[in-house]
Amino acid sequence: MMTATPTEVTTVTLSINGQSVTAPAGTLLIEVCKKLGTEVPAFCYYEGFSLQAACRMCLVEIEKFPKLQASCTIPVSEGMVVRTESPAVVAARKDMLEFLLSNHPLDCPVCDKGGECELQDMTFRYGAGESRFTEIKVHTPEKQWSPVVFYDAPRCILCYRCVRVCDEGLGVGALGIQYRGVGAEIIPNMGDHLNCDECGACIDICPVGALTSGAYRYKTRPWEMNHVGTVCTHCSNGCKTTLGVRTDEIIRGNNRDSSGINGEFLCGKGRYAFDFNKHEDRLTSPLIRKDGQLVEVSWSEALKAVATKFSETQAAGGSFGVIGGVHSTNEENYFLQKFARQGLKTANLDHQRTGDVPALLDALSGKSDVLATTDDLYNTAAALVIGSDLAQQHPFLAYQLRANGRHHNARVYTVTPGKVREADYAAASLTYGSTSELFGKLDELRDRLKAEPELVILFSDAIKGADVAKLVAYGDSLGITVKYVALVDYSNSRGALDMGLLPTLGPGYHAAPVNGLAAPDMLAAGLDVLWVVGADSGKGNAKFTVVQDMFLTPTAAAADIVLPSASAYEKSGTVTNVCGQVQKLKPAVRTMGTKPDLEIMGLIAREMGLNLGIWTHDHVLTEIRSGVAGYNVPLPIIQTGGAAQAQPVNGRVPLDGRPELVQSAQDTLFTSGTLGRYSKALTSVIEYPGKLYSDNQ
Amino acid sequence: MTFSPDLEARFEKLVASYPEGRTRSAVIPMLMYAQDELGAVTPELVAEVAKRCKVPPIQVEEVIGYYSMLHRKPQGKYHVQVCTNISCLLVGGEELYHHASKKLGIGHKQTTADGIFSLEEVECMGACSWAPAVEIDYTFHHHVTPEKLDQLLDGLKKPQ
Ligand code: SF4
Ligand code: SF4
Ligand code: SF4
Ligand code: FES
Repeated sequence: MMTATPTEVTTVTLSINGQSVTAPAGTLLIEVCKKLGTEVPAFCYYEGFSLQAACRMCLVEIEKFPKLQASCTIPVSEGMVVRTESPAVVAARKDMLEFLLSNHPLDCPVCDKGGECELQDMTFRYGAGESRFTEIKVHTPEKQWSPVVFYDAPRCILCYRCVRVCDEGLGVGALGIQYRGVGAEIIPNMGDHLNCDECGACIDICPVGALTSGAYRYKTRPWEMNHVGTVCTHCSNGCKTTLGVRTDEIIRGNNRDSSGINGEFLCGKGRYAFDFNKHEDRLTSPLIRKDGQLVEVSWSEALKAVATKFSETQAAGGSFGVIGGVHSTNEENYFLQKFARQGLKTANLDHQRTGDVPALLDALSGKSDVLATTDDLYNTAAALVIGSDLAQQHPFLAYQLRANGRHHNARVYTVTPGKVREADYAAASLTYGSTSELFGKLDELRDRLKAEPELVILFSDAIKGADVAKLVAYGDSLGITVKYVALVDYSNSRGALDMGLLPTLGPGYHAAPVNGLAAPDMLAAGLDVLWVVGADSGKGNAKFTVVQDMFLTPTAAAADIVLPSASAYEKSGTVTNVCGQVQKLKPAVRTMGTKPDLEIMGLIAREMGLNLGIWTHDHVLTEIRSGVAGYNVPLPIIQTGGAAQAQPVNGRVPLDGRPELVQSAQDTLFTSGTLGRYSKALTSVIEYPGKLYSDNQ
Repeated sequence: MTFSPDLEARFEKLVASYPEGRTRSAVIPMLMYAQDELGAVTPELVAEVAKRCKVPPIQVEEVIGYYSMLHRKPQGKYHVQVCTNISCLLVGGEELYHHASKKLGIGHKQTTADGIFSLEEVECMGACSWAPAVEIDYTFHHHVTPEKLDQLLDGLKKPQ
C-alpha cells in the first residue's frame, strides 16, 4: 500500500453508554460511535466531506458539557463520558425532527425517495407522531434546473450535502444556499438553471427527495425495482454502477451501496447514459443487403449468409480484415482474435487504439508493481497528469485524485495543453503549446518531483511510441517509486489490447505468429471481407462488409450484412479498466432480437463448422485465465463484484512502430464515442457537447 | 473589472490579510466596499469578487442572499435602516419604521423618486442598549424618536 508515512497517533479512552472504548485522539465522536455499532442519527454529517453541523440530529450528552453536543464535530478526548440514548438526547432528536418537518410537505406517497428516505427512516425511529406547529407550511413550486436535475425546496432539509459534494467532491461548485431562515433554499449557479457536470451526485447524496433526477422521477417506487450491479459501459474508468430495473427497463443508475472501486462516484454517463439501451434506433433484426437495400431477415438466414461468405472467401483464398470493439467484453475480444487467427487464418486484426499501453509495458520491462490502480490514485503522495483534461476525460480518476488531495494533502501536478480543473488545487499546473514542448515542461518539474516520496504518472496519447520509453526514463531519473497509468478511452479499450486485437500482438502482448494489417491499411486495401464487431471504423474499400452493432452506424449502414448485438448492460463477461482492473458484467435487461457478440461469433463458427471451443462467457474466461498472461485473476473477487488487477507481461513487447495509430477520441463529459450519440440524457443537456481545456472550469 | 485606486489598494491589503487559502474571508468586506463605490452589487462585481477571493461565484451569491446590507439594486443617496427586532420593537422601533415609511412615501427596500432616500426594515444591528436605533449609511443614531428622525431626514434633504 502506498500511504503517507503515518505520524505517531495517541489514543484516548472514553465511555459511550457505559462501554469503555479507545480511539485515536482527534477522531470524531460520531465515528467512534459508529465503529462501536452505536447508531447516532445524522443528516449533514457525511464521511469524506467537510463538517457542517447544520442539522443537529447527532446531538449527544457528554458529561461536564452544559448542553447537548453535536457528535459530528466533537473530537473524542480522554475520559469523556458520552450518552447517546439518554432521555435528554431522545427528546432532542424528537424536537429536531419536529423542526425539520415543520415546513416539510410530507408528500411521501408520491416522492421518489419514499422508502429510501433518511428523513422517513429517522422519523420512524426517533420522531414524534404529532407536530405542535399550526402555522401554514411555506410552499414553493418545484424547479427544473436541467434536463436531469430537479429541485423541490419544501422537501429540502438544508443539510448542505449537495453543496459539498459538488464543490469538494467534483470541484464544480455549482450549488449554493440563498437567503436564510424559512426562506433558505438551494440555488443553482446560473440563477434559474445549472451549468455543471450534470453528474447527479447531488441527487444521490440528498437524504430526502428534494433533488430528483429527470431520468427517474415519478417513474417507480424503489421497491418495485431489481438492482443489478454491473460496470458502466462508457469510459475506461470502469465504475461499478447499480442499475435499477423494472419490467426489463433500466430506470436508474447509481451506486448508493458504495460497492466497487468507485464507492458512490459516478459521472453523468454512468448515472444517466444507460438510456441508449432503449433508443428507438436500436437494431433488433439482422439485415442483409438485397438489391442495394438493407432488409430485415431472420437470424438463421443472416448467420448462414455470413458463414457462407466467410467459407467461400476462405476457399477462394480471399483476404479478410477484422476490427473489434472497445466496449466488447474480454471474452468477446479473445474469441474474436481466435476466430480471426485460427478460424479465418488472417492476421489483419485491429481496434480503435486510444493509448499506448504496449509501449508502456515494453518500457517497464523488468520492473514489477509499477502499474497503478484506482486505489493508488487515492493513496499516493503525489500524481502527475500528462496531456489529459482528467475531470472531463477520466472523471473517476479525477475524483480519486481530488479526494486524495482533500483527505491526504496529495500533491497533484498537471502538464496539459490547456487549463484543467485540477489546477484549482494542483501543486503545479503547466501548459504546453505543442507536444514537442512536453518534455521541456517535465524538466521544469523534475526537482520538485524528486522531492516527492512517490509518484503516479498518468499519461494520455500525447505520449506514445518512443516517447513512452522517454517518459519511463524520466520517471527512473526521479529516484523515487513511480507507478504508471496509460490512459485509454473506453470501457474495454484496455481489454481489447490485453486480448490481442492488434495486427502484431496476440493475447497477453505476445508477438503474433504472423503480422497483419492495421485498421487504416485494412480499409485502404480493398479486402474481400471486412468484419467489424462493435466499432464504427468505416468500411473503406472492402468488397464485402459484415457488421455487428447495436445501431445503424455509418459503418453498419454501408455494410452488406448487419447483425444486431446486445449492449454491455445485457450480457455477462469481464471488462478491464484503464488501470488493468478486471470486473464482471451482469446482465440487467434484454432487448428482443439482439444477441451478445460472443454468441453471434459462436453461431457463425458453428455454421462454418469451425471448432473454436464453447462460446459461453464463463468458458472463454476460463481459457483466458489459463492462457493470457496476467489474467489469472482470482475468480471469487470478480464474481462477487470486486475488481482484480491483471498483471500483464513483464518483459519486452514487440512494438509495431506505428504510434500515429494511437489517437484518443477526446471525448468530453457529454460525449461517449458512438454510444453517446444515442444517449438523450447526454445530448439534451445545455453543456453538450462540452469542451476540453475550457477556461471556465 | 477595476476599481478606484483607493479601493484597489484597500482590496490588496484585504486579500493579503488572510492566511493562504483563506481569501474567502475577504468576500464580505470586498462586497461592502465595492457596493459603496458602485452603488449596488452587480453581476460583474459578483464574478470579480469570486475571482479575487478564489471562490465559486455561487458562494458570493450565497453571501448576498444572506446579508441584508448587500443590495443588488442601487440605493438612495442616503440609506435609512430602521431596526424592528425585539429590543427596538419594545421601545417603538416599529412605529419609527412606519413613521419613516409615511414620511418618505416608500416601503421596505424602496427608493424615493428623487433618489435621495431608500428605506429598509432591518434585523438586529447590535445597538440594543440604545434602542430604538436607526442606521443611515454607516452612521448609527440612538434612542431615536419620530421627531428626532424628522430632524435627521430633513437635515439630510437640505442641499449641502
Ligand atoms: S449534477 Fe453534479 S455538477 Fe451538477 S450541481 Fe449536481 S453535483 Fe454539481
Ligand atoms: S437538496 Fe437535499 S442534499 Fe441539498 S441541502 Fe437540501 S436536503 Fe440536503
Ligand atoms: S467515470 Fe467513466 S466509468 Fe465512471 S461513470 Fe463516468 S463514464 Fe462511467
Ligand atoms: S450530523 Fe451533526 S449536526 Fe448534522
